[in-house]
Amino acid sequence: MGVKPKHERTPFFTNEMKTESPNSQGETLFRRLPSAKRRLETAAPLGDSHPFMVQKLNPRRLLALIRKEGVQILRDPSSILIAFILPVILLFLFGYAVSLDSTKLRIGVVMQERTPVSESLLAAVRDSKYFTVTPGFALKEMEGQLVAGKLRGILVIPVNFSRLFAENTGGEDTGARLQIIADGSEPNTASFVQNYLRAAIGGWQAARARDQGSNAHPGIEIETRMWFNPSLESKNYLVPGSIAIVMTLIGTLLTSLVVAREWERGTMEALMATPVSIQELVLGKLIPYFLLGVGSMSFCTLVSVGIFHTPLRGSVVALALVTSVFLAACLGQGLLISTLAKSQFIAGQAALILGFLPSFQLSGFIFEIRSMPAPIQALTYLFPARYFVQSLHTIFLAGDIGAVLWRNGLILLGFATVFFLLTARVTRKKLT
Amino acid sequence: MFHRIVALVIKELLATLRDRRSRLALVIPPIIQLLLFSFTGTQEVKNIGIAIFNPDTGQASAELCRRLEASGNFRYVTFVTSTEAVTDIVDRQKAIACLRFQPDFSERFVTGQDASVQVILDGRRSNAAQIVNGYITTIVQRFAAEQTAPGRVAITDELIQPRNWFNANLEYIWFTVPSLVAIITLLISLNVTSMSVAREREMGTFDQLLVSPLQPIEIMIGKTIPAFLLALAEATLFLLVAVFIFRIPFHGSLPLLYLALVTFITSIVGVGLFISALSATQQQALLGTFTFMVPGMLLSGYASPIENMPQWLQVITYANPLRYMMVIVKGVFLKDMPPEVVWGNTWPMLVIALFTIPVATWCFRARTS
Repeated sequence: MGVKPKHERTPFFTNEMKTESPNSQGETLFRRLPSAKRRLETAAPLGDSHPFMVQKLNPRRLLALIRKEGVQILRDPSSILIAFILPVILLFLFGYAVSLDSTKLRIGVVMQERTPVSESLLAAVRDSKYFTVTPGFALKEMEGQLVAGKLRGILVIPVNFSRLFAENTGGEDTGARLQIIADGSEPNTASFVQNYLRAAIGGWQAARARDQGSNAHPGIEIETRMWFNPSLESKNYLVPGSIAIVMTLIGTLLTSLVVAREWERGTMEALMATPVSIQELVLGKLIPYFLLGVGSMSFCTLVSVGIFHTPLRGSVVALALVTSVFLAACLGQGLLISTLAKSQFIAGQAALILGFLPSFQLSGFIFEIRSMPAPIQALTYLFPARYFVQSLHTIFLAGDIGAVLWRNGLILLGFATVFFLLTARVTRKKLT
Repeated sequence: MFHRIVALVIKELLATLRDRRSRLALVIPPIIQLLLFSFTGTQEVKNIGIAIFNPDTGQASAELCRRLEASGNFRYVTFVTSTEAVTDIVDRQKAIACLRFQPDFSERFVTGQDASVQVILDGRRSNAAQIVNGYITTIVQRFAAEQTAPGRVAITDELIQPRNWFNANLEYIWFTVPSLVAIITLLISLNVTSMSVAREREMGTFDQLLVSPLQPIEIMIGKTIPAFLLALAEATLFLLVAVFIFRIPFHGSLPLLYLALVTFITSIVGVGLFISALSATQQQALLGTFTFMVPGMLLSGYASPIENMPQWLQVITYANPLRYMMVIVKGVFLKDMPPEVVWGNTWPMLVIALFTIPVATWCFRARTS
């Protein structure tokens, strides 16, 4: 469908639409969404109060609206930016920039004595794959670097350490001490420093005991299996998780801006003066953005599997279904926001607060939901993002686990229904 | 010239603050962000559930289970009785980790053979899983060390003295709240600057400004100052909230922090004006803001340490003003950062500002003339 000159495109009267090309495409689009149609029809019994609303969905008019919206999407580079460029940037950043698996922690080792024992401990810490080690002799100097944020932690090997350590053959405490100082201003990194250094020192101690021929007992061997993500790469769950953010941006932010713009510019009233019914108006807005979202989703999936080599263990069908219901929920939310706000600035802010932030903060995508205070944990249940992120993680990393996907899919469907019902209510009030 | 700019600044402040809804849109979202982010922006692992599959009936494994239950690291410990149940409970994310004992674990342990425990972790949340694994390992190792027969070299807990400076108890909120002061200041200064010109353009009132005696440079200054003032005012509000409501210790120097904040906001306002100059509609401005803000946040060291990034990305972070502000704001709050270190992180922002402002001015002129 090509872009027509303006005077042909703007009005939506049926008589003019008859001269348009056959609308088989519109009818198929329309047929694809029977449930949405039914829902809207039952939700908004507008016919009683308004003469225009008696008509059923007119596929021709719907097609015209979809075409108008489609042209507006293609015309504005910012919608392409948000649907295709921003996702690449996001996936890229979550693939490369955000790594929660700390492997190059910069630490300093203060050697207050230089003995074979302390040298071998230094070598052991250096061998650990988790650290970039700066050895030194003065604690003062290292402290300054810790304040400046140049070091994440300091290991102090004090004077007399090797003598006291050597005396400790029978397992009793001889007062040998190693101090680990971590920069607590970044608690997550600090606990990594503490844990990894502890592990490195433990390994060093065990190795020394073995070398000295002591009858060290093997103790308990801990065999760790990381299911779904054996190589332990955070990108494997961050990249699929970031798809939820992209979908929210398209579904909630973009839609709310677009509809608010119609109100702000007064073109919404112009549309209302046409025979277009409210259902057609809503569907005409939703279908193009739904398609844009599906396009973007397919693109994101290709990028994440093709470029970032994230596994996709579940089926594409499950992915498509869950995405569709999530997208429907987001679109409903965006529509509701814009109908209430009617100004782009406010709609934009509201979409950020109610759409983007929850999908970033309350979805479990980066931050552990279970670690949050109880009231905020309760809050996470009220936003669709949580269910979608969990489904994405499951589909990408674990496979089609029915118990997880059905539950989440149905909840998302519930969200979509509620948002559409609310939108239908609010819009009707404004129209009559 | 001065009078004209003042007039424009007043007009601009009135336009932003007059409408009740846009006033709310300016104040409420940042507050919600601050409150919400402060509590959610955590990678701590608390309240987590683990599962144990213990087909062994001996003493040692029962004692180890008891210790895991009593450790306080886990909110609940579920006992399962079959391999299928292990799969199920991990799949459904009811437990982030599952310990599986050998059927003859206790016997092997007591007789001094290799006894082993398998720890199955949910890799869908590998960060949390790794931390949980750390807890489990510590408990198991301590147990093994305590039960060792005489003559064995115990890995003594006393050997290591852990200390966390600046934040002894690793309170997560001490990290998030100061960081958020910087992030939300970024958000506001960017948002207000980029939207203000775009709104006028979309409404058509920008043309009216252009035909007024105002020079493009005056319009630009007049648009910049209100955004600057609003951002500084909100940053002050957040500092007060951080200190008096969240009770975050403030050890450093306030004038130093303000010096850095002013430089920071200036560099961001330059970026905002640049976006503003490029966008024709509010939608474009908002999405442009977004395109800058998200990478800015992710490449600042807030979401994950910069040294974890590939080298070439680390180079890119040097162009990100937030990277420097993050170091300063945490440093001044928690570490009483000395002036030379603060300055060391301020001058790069100054350089960025000296780059963004002229480029934005140039773009602005090119678009308006």
